This record gives sequence, C-alpha cells and structure tokens, in this order.
Amino acid sequence: MASLKDMRVRIASTKATQKITKAMQMVAASKLRRAQAAAEAARPYAERMDTVLGNIASSVTDVAAAPKLLAGTGEDKVHLLLVCTGERGLSGAFNSAIVRLAREHANRLMGEGKQVKFFCVGRKGYEQLRRQYERQIVDHLELRGVRQLQFSHARDIAGKIIARYEAGEFDVCTLFFSRFRSVIAQIPTAQQIIPAVFPEKGAAAPAASYEYEPEEADILTELLPQNLSVQIFRALLENNASFYGAQMSAMDNATRNAGEMIRKQTLTYNRTRQAMITKELIEIISGAEAL
Amino acid sequence: MATFPFDLVSPEKLLFSGEVDQVDVPGTEGDFGVLAGHAPTVSALRPGIMTVFVNGNAQRMVVLGGFAEVSAGGKLTVLADLADSVEDFDRAALADRITAQQEKIKEMDAGNALDKAIEQLDHFKQVDNHLQGTGMH
Repeated sequence: MASLKDMRVRIASTKATQKITKAMQMVAASKLRRAQAAAEAARPYAERMDTVLGNIASSVTDVAAAPKLLAGTGEDKVHLLLVCTGERGLSGAFNSAIVRLAREHANRLMGEGKQVKFFCVGRKGYEQLRRQYERQIVDHLELRGVRQLQFSHARDIAGKIIARYEAGEFDVCTLFFSRFRSVIAQIPTAQQIIPAVFPEKGAAAPAASYEYEPEEADILTELLPQNLSVQIFRALLENNASFYGAQMSAMDNATRNAGEMIRKQTLTYNRTRQAMITKELIEIISGAEAL
Repeated sequence: MATFPFDLVSPEKLLFSGEVDQVDVPGTEGDFGVLAGHAPTVSALRPGIMTVFVNGNAQRMVVLGGFAEVSAGGKLTVLADLADSVEDFDRAALADRITAQQEKIKEMDAGNALDKAIEQLDHFKQVDNHLQGTGMH
C-alpha cells in the first residue's frame, strides 16, 4: 500500500491539475465570447451571399457556358475534402468529431470507386488523417500563429483550392467544419462548395431576369471565388467558436472530475491515517497489557 | 416617399439593415441610384462612396469593392469587401491597400490585369482624396 507521504503528493498533484483545467476553462470562456461574436457577425454576409448567388444562379441563361465553379466539371470522379479543424487539442471530441465525419465521407466515396484527396486546415486534423490517408493529403495548412482570423486567410485558402480546381485536380469539393450551435452543442458539418449548391427555392419563385453591370460572365467570375472565400471564412469562424465552446465544456468536466478525484483520494488518505493511528494504539495497549 | 429594404454587409459584420428611401451606389460602370421598385440588377462595385438616404437624412459609407443586387422583390443587398461609415473608416488601412496595390502593379506585365489593377488604384486614391477633403470639416 502507498505510504501516507505518497498519497499526500498525489493529492497535491491532482489539485495542481485542477487549477490548470480551471484556468483553461476560464480562458476558453473569455475567448469564446469574442469568437462567438465574430462568428455571428459573419453570418449575415454569408447568408446574403448565398441568397444573391442563388437568385443569380437560378436565372443564368446558359448553364453550359457558366463558369465551372458554378456548373461543375461535368464529372464526379475525384473528390477533394477540405477538412478544417483546430490547432490544439484538449477540447473534448471537437477535432475527432470533424475528422470522423470526413473519414466516413471518404470511405463511402472510396467504396463507390471514387478518388478522394484531402486538404487539411489545422494541425490536429492533419495529424489524425495522416495516419490513415498519408498519400491522399495534397496540401495542409496551419493557422497556428494567427491571432485573429482575417478574411484574407480564407481568401488564401480559397485561392489555393481554385488553382487546383482549374488545374483539373478534382471535380467536387466538400468542406468539413463544426457549426457552432451553443457551448454544449457543436455540430460537425459537411458542405459542398464546388460546384456551388444552393437551397432549392421551389417552383413558386419565378426566376427574375437580371440586368448585369458589367456582363453576367464578369460578375459570375468574380462573385463565385468570392463566395468560396466567404464560405471558408465562415467555416473557420464557426470552427473557432466551436473549438472554444468544446474546450470550455471539456475543461469544465475535467475540473469536476479532478474535484471528485481529490475527494476520493482525501477519503482514502484519512482512512489510512486513522487505520495507522488505531494500529499504533493497539500496539501500545497490548504492549502495556503484556507488562 | 416609398421605401425599400436595404442590407449592407461586409464579411466581418452587418453594417446596415432597414428601410431606406434611396441609395446611391458606386458601380463599376458608373454611379447609379436605387429607388423603390428598381428593376432586378446585379452590379459589381468599384471602391467609392455610397450614400444612403433614410427619412431625408443622407448617410455616407465607404465601400471598397463588392457587389450590389436588387432582387425581383425590390430588395437591395450590397455585399461589400470592406465597408464602414465615412466617420469610422480606417484611413491607415486604405493607405496600406494603396501601397500594396502600387507594389503589385510594379511587378505585373502589361495586359488586361494590369489595366484593371491601375484602375483599382485610381479608385482607391479617389476615395482617399475624398476622405481627406471631408476630414477637414
């Protein structure tokens, strides 16, 4: 059995761990507030962009001549999975939930005989996917040193993806990220971004014929990459908020578990101590009786 | 006067949402005013000053590129790359953009892209001049 001193050391170390998890929880909580505000502020733009593009897409006169980003390559052979995860762990199932969704998606596609490639944003997802799909990861990107996510980060990623798309490296691109619902609910989400898909509006809404300034083609060639950047930007912001939410609840759990552990350990410690005192008393008494 | 719904959004935030009387939009092909019942239109924006009329008050916003859409329902949506009211606008950021653009132009080869970049630079400078002027008041 462990000596009393060992037990004291163990209790002290659990307490130290509890302090750390408590501090991490509070840091995550304060960062969450900012991340959540940023994610919510970005939503209107992404939603309006979706509506506007949806309107335009439904009124495009010549679908065949439309840019490839909208119409697709006409094939469905090579899929690129853009997996956005966090840079750090200690956030419960946040990273693995996204990776799991991406992996299921990939396995299903491969089961259908399609080729799958990965583009990883964030270190954690890259590390997890590398174990299984090392050869299929075409690129990965880390946003470690980034203090605050800027739109330009998303634009850089979108630029890389469009360059690969135009080089004919893939036909369909799907974005994986975690949608922020609340502190305790983050929903891993898959969203197809190339070719762009829009919610069906139903036959009731007549397609308006727009006047374009300058030309329809010019507008679409600018609007579509912009849309891609926006969707990625939104995914990154949602991810960021989800990450802190997940970390906060994970750390809250850890703090509570540590408290429980300290309680149990203190109980055993006191029992052992009492047992020893009793033992010593018995020894003294029986020694005295023997005299 | 008839009003219509108008939204101004940038990737970072929602800047304006509500009923307005008139909006003057800096399009790439020239400025145009939008009133209630405007025909469905999609236009690219050039960097410039947008004027929003609400209840007879004019409110001015800086937009640095983006798109404007008037939907079939008569709703105007401006998706700006970067937008702010004239008072809050960060002129240092604009100055950075101007220098970045100048650097870019130096490295570019002659062609359509170069022409476009130069045009964009001119627009940036125009906005900057304009802001300098109003900054005096």
